[in-house]
Amino acid sequence: MSGKISSQTGLLEMWDNLRAVPRRIVDSAFRSGKPNTDRTRSTFIFGNLFLHLHSVRVHRWSLRWTTTFGLGIVCGAAFLITLVTGILLMFYYKPYPDVAYESIKDIHFIVPTGRFIRNIHRWAANIMVVAVILHMARTFYTAAYRKPREFNWLIGMGLLVITLALSFTGYLLPWDQLAYWAITIGANIAQSPREVTDALGITERFDPGEWMRLMLLGSDVVGPVALIRFYLMHVMILPLALTALMGVHFWRIRKDGGLTRPVNADQKLSPPGGDTYPVFSEAPARTYQIAAIVKGRTSQVGNGPENTVPSMPHLFYAELGLLMLTAFLCLAFSVVWDAPLKEIANPAVPENPAKAPWYYLGLQEMVSFSAFMGGFGIPAIVLIGLGLIPFVEREESGTGEWFGGPGGWPLARNSALFGLSAAIVVEAVAIRFGWIREWFPDAPQLLITFVNPGTVLTLVYASYSVWLIRRFQSTRAGAVGLFTCFLCGFVVLTIIGAYFRGPNWVFYWSPAEWPGH
Amino acid sequence: MTTVSKPARSRLDPEPIPRRDMLGLAALWAAGSALVLAVLGMARLPKAAVVSSPSKRFTVMLPDSLQPGQAFLPSGRSVAVFRDQEGTWAVSTICTHLGCIVRSTPAGFECPCHGSSFAPDGTVVRGPAPRALSWLKVSAAGEKLVIDEGTVVPPGTKVQV
Repeated sequence: MSGKISSQTGLLEMWDNLRAVPRRIVDSAFRSGKPNTDRTRSTFIFGNLFLHLHSVRVHRWSLRWTTTFGLGIVCGAAFLITLVTGILLMFYYKPYPDVAYESIKDIHFIVPTGRFIRNIHRWAANIMVVAVILHMARTFYTAAYRKPREFNWLIGMGLLVITLALSFTGYLLPWDQLAYWAITIGANIAQSPREVTDALGITERFDPGEWMRLMLLGSDVVGPVALIRFYLMHVMILPLALTALMGVHFWRIRKDGGLTRPVNADQKLSPPGGDTYPVFSEAPARTYQIAAIVKGRTSQVGNGPENTVPSMPHLFYAELGLLMLTAFLCLAFSVVWDAPLKEIANPAVPENPAKAPWYYLGLQEMVSFSAFMGGFGIPAIVLIGLGLIPFVEREESGTGEWFGGPGGWPLARNSALFGLSAAIVVEAVAIRFGWIREWFPDAPQLLITFVNPGTVLTLVYASYSVWLIRRFQSTRAGAVGLFTCFLCGFVVLTIIGAYFRGPNWVFYWSPAEWPGH
Repeated sequence: MTTVSKPARSRLDPEPIPRRDMLGLAALWAAGSALVLAVLGMARLPKAAVVSSPSKRFTVMLPDSLQPGQAFLPSGRSVAVFRDQEGTWAVSTICTHLGCIVRSTPAGFECPCHGSSFAPDGTVVRGPAPRALSWLKVSAAGEKLVIDEGTVVPPGTKVQV
């Protein structure tokens, strides 16, 4: 008797529990109750693996539109979009020569939404490259790379390189003319140290160029092995590396004390709105254990975390808004412009002109003077220079302010004018009068390699920077000059490569003048 | 957390390492070198012992109508073949700059990618190309020619067929 009753209550209990399953699953997912008060939102953020990259509260300065223009988040959002669309494309893409081309055509013409997804992937990749460059410029011009953020600047350099490598490896996959010849050129740039080893006559014994080309292509031709290598790097190795570095990058922002802000940020901000309120009614007289593990001068003694707002929802809304904006841009561009697909790769006939993706056209312009210095030497000098900035420039004035430091905006503007005109003058000379080989046909190769418009421009920029350091007695001024000049040089060379180079890489004022062929 | 540092001993008379530390260090170094060796071993993988590439030797028959100074371009090959009274020779049409295929023109060769141009014998006339175009090995096989894209011969090597 009693057994029967208990079995009935047991069943009833189970029934009740079953009905409560959905609610309990939801409850169990939130470790500290639903995030509906500031307190539970805080615990929600630091109890959540993904959200705890954010600090619980964020300074109001960081949320100002003009502090960052949201560029870092746009980079991340664009990467997220390429990730999603890239995985979708992998459903149909086959990484084998010729078959690859057919599969892209399938994606383009017979897969529902295939063309649109491919367009989005391509536009998101382009937006990512632009956003990464602008984000770097923002970080530089607000002097946000300074202590304690030097290491994050280095991580950012890694992210820049990986972003460019992702774009480059993705370029081969369609196996069309555009792809094939861009990769042929790219692989031969990897081989270009030969230009120097040949001139020195040591290629027989020491041939790093050929080794790099072989590593990249896995063969001495751009064939199936090369395609698999590029595919593997594009869909696996580089995205994983990027994700890992991105995680470190975001995490370091938090650990380095949030976004950079000027020392007088609190005075510059308008009084907080009605929805922000002091966290501590009294500033803490001392912080306890934290002081032992947190470095820096701001052990929050006598100074509560005021002028901050909860990250949830304020920061999250900003991030969501930027994700939506990025997605909107990708969709809008994709509706209007299709990703290009030329004829199937033909190893016998190069495109004329064979142009790399736009962000490499500056490089291609330099490569047209010397493969080694243009494709290897100068990029290496620029990367090393960029990496050294936060370790050589150790000043403090102007941190967190746009164009902060000695010289300010006028210095950046004048440097831009100088950088643009120097690049245009050097290019004009090379285009109008030719260069050493046209003047002295028997000039030795080493001279042509090391003295060309690209290296001359680099030297002009470097001397300008040294002059600025002496004039302003400030490394920051020199850095601003150099960075601005390189941005300007990049822009000028890219524009010339994109719009003013025609068949045989000859200068034309417009494509309308190109000879028919 | 404060530690009291012991007075330093001379570099020539260092503090003896306790056995535990010694074993620990040895284990650490062993683990470290094992990892390094493993990575080095894996680094050998990307370079195959035999690199797959299409055959570089091919046979070709020159048309009787080929004039001196006129290039014969075997289809699917990056080679230009010439013939005159002194003999036959083959010039690679792969640009020594960045590997584009140069076009044969009456004045020599022109590269479409970065504007290098070459004289008929392959020497650089203009542009960024660091080296002259290679001359390739030509040999006779009956009425036909065998051209080996993988074997470079000194410029000026002409073969009587």
